[in-house]
Amino acid sequence: MIFLSNLVNGLSLGSIYAIIALGYTMVYGIAKMLNFAHGDVIMVGAYIAFCALQYWGLPPVAALLAAMLLCTVLGITIEGLAYRPLRQATSLAVLITAIGMSYLLQNLALLIWGANPKSFPSVMIQLPTLSLFGDQLKISGVTMMTILANIAIMIVLTTFISRTKMGKAMRCVSEDRGAAELMGINVNRTISTTFAIGSALAAVAGILLCSAYPTLMPTTGSMPGIKAFTAAVFGGIGSIPGAMIGGILLGVIEILGKAYISTELGDAIVFAVLIIVLLFRPTGLLGKPIREKV
Amino acid sequence: MSAKKKKLIYNAVTFGVVILAFLLCNLFYGQMSRSLRAQLIPICCWIVMAVSLNLVVGISGELSLGHAGFMSIGAFTGIIISGWLLKGFQMENETLRLVLSIVAGGAVAGLLGFLIGIPVLRLRGDYLAIVTLAFGEIIRNVLNCVYTSVDGTRLVFGFINPTLPGTLLLNGPNGAVSVSKIATFTAGFLLVLAALVVVLNLINSRTGRAIMATRDNRIAAESVGINVTRYKMIAFVTAAALAGMAGALYGLNYSTLVPGKFKFDQSINVLVFVVLGGIGNTLGAVISATVLTILPEMLRDFADYRMLVYAVLLIVMMLVTNTPATKAFFNNLKGLLSRKGPRKTVEVSQRKGGDRA
Repeated sequence: MIFLSNLVNGLSLGSIYAIIALGYTMVYGIAKMLNFAHGDVIMVGAYIAFCALQYWGLPPVAALLAAMLLCTVLGITIEGLAYRPLRQATSLAVLITAIGMSYLLQNLALLIWGANPKSFPSVMIQLPTLSLFGDQLKISGVTMMTILANIAIMIVLTTFISRTKMGKAMRCVSEDRGAAELMGINVNRTISTTFAIGSALAAVAGILLCSAYPTLMPTTGSMPGIKAFTAAVFGGIGSIPGAMIGGILLGVIEILGKAYISTELGDAIVFAVLIIVLLFRPTGLLGKPIREKV
Repeated sequence: MSAKKKKLIYNAVTFGVVILAFLLCNLFYGQMSRSLRAQLIPICCWIVMAVSLNLVVGISGELSLGHAGFMSIGAFTGIIISGWLLKGFQMENETLRLVLSIVAGGAVAGLLGFLIGIPVLRLRGDYLAIVTLAFGEIIRNVLNCVYTSVDGTRLVFGFINPTLPGTLLLNGPNGAVSVSKIATFTAGFLLVLAALVVVLNLINSRTGRAIMATRDNRIAAESVGINVTRYKMIAFVTAAALAGMAGALYGLNYSTLVPGKFKFDQSINVLVFVVLGGIGNTLGAVISATVLTILPEMLRDFADYRMLVYAVLLIVMMLVTNTPATKAFFNNLKGLLSRKGPRKTVEVSQRKGGDRA
């Protein structure tokens, strides 16, 4: 029963990683860049929700919408100001700019909200705790909500990518940017939309993360960000189902590793599994194999 | 100007700048502020880090995000060796202890670099980058669980087990405590010189040309009989060993050091030095490591806004140096300075601009 409860916790943490990883993988697939500032957008989203609940007195749903809206604006602004001028630059130059952006967001948050950790209000998710097997297995409302949110996001996003015109444009741009441009697709707008979706998802992930682990600091987003990035690579970067599977597996491995192998070595176990997987599948679980042309 | 002569001048300038900077620092040591003096040894360490990472990122063309991991291995090996020699063998000679610690730090980090290199160098591109990141995090996580002590002349290691006989040297997540600070600026300068000699000689040797060939075109290099993995490994291990040496010097410059100091951010910082110095440019790496280590200290006037200003400067620098307009400007400037005159370069830059439009 303890195993089952650990498994559920792992699924919940993995769902958060998966939602964050979606942002990484979509941006990578379409703009071919590692957006290191993504983890910090999560933190900003959580702070906005915190302010909405604590200071502005908004109801939870409005707080969620406010966080998503402001993060979307933030994502589009970051892309337009910092990444768009570097479309032709080397990938390393873009990477360093993204790192600079990550520092910028962290330090802005430090100035606005201070270094002291804030305790995220628990009113955000009000689901009762579910008791199964005669109180032997308890699943908290936050855990359930996280898993349900993940499933909902997965369905909506898959439909969006495969059914809508914009989704089609995204797939085109990720396949061949030049050809997409020739076919009359507005590449800049497609990339902006990708950033907008990724950032809105980051806001959701931030709220879920801080509901489960209620300490909110300017550096809150960086470690989950790196783990989610690892999850995206684990599943094959650029692939949306890959990000989902990678995120969930990573969360489960982390919680089970901490529970049964060693608490101190939890992170090391996660990264070790990643390395082993990449040795046998060098482009991740669902990544396309790289073909070399001579 | 022949390519050989150009390389000779470049190397001479690189060494000249470093030696001149060292002499100036010694000359004006009295006038320096306390905080700047405290930065001298760390600057040497970060220069060696940048020069060594430049070997991996710039010369061998692989993005490594775990360089701080090798630095931390070097740092803690150096601290253990130095503490062991002092407490186990009563070795009072600080210079000898420092040299032995640095050599040991480099050797252990180099060995680890070799072991990590075997799986890492099989991968490509972003996957290789993420695995180096993973190794960096694993090293930090494992170091958090290592306890070491000196019992008589014996070194005792414990894993997740803090009860050890004798004097404790490493205390798990609390790191090393009461380290004897034996690092000197002269040692730092000599380490920088040694790193430059190794890296510049390697780049200008047959091995270095083979490494660059694997970077420029892996398949072409393989088809002329270059063993790609072997040459990438040479660059990776050399860089790891140099990072370990820098780490040992860094560790012996502070009385306490925790493994948490070498987080992923530190690897990224070194990468920033390399990229801003111009990828593949050793002198650039030296200069940008120096400037970017001093810069946050100089920005102390901005107090709370310090890191904010640093972040903005970083973004602005990347935007300015990477837009076509500024690239064309620098090309023209280079043309004016060279004897052949600006015309040719102007044409080239215009054509490049045309391609982009």
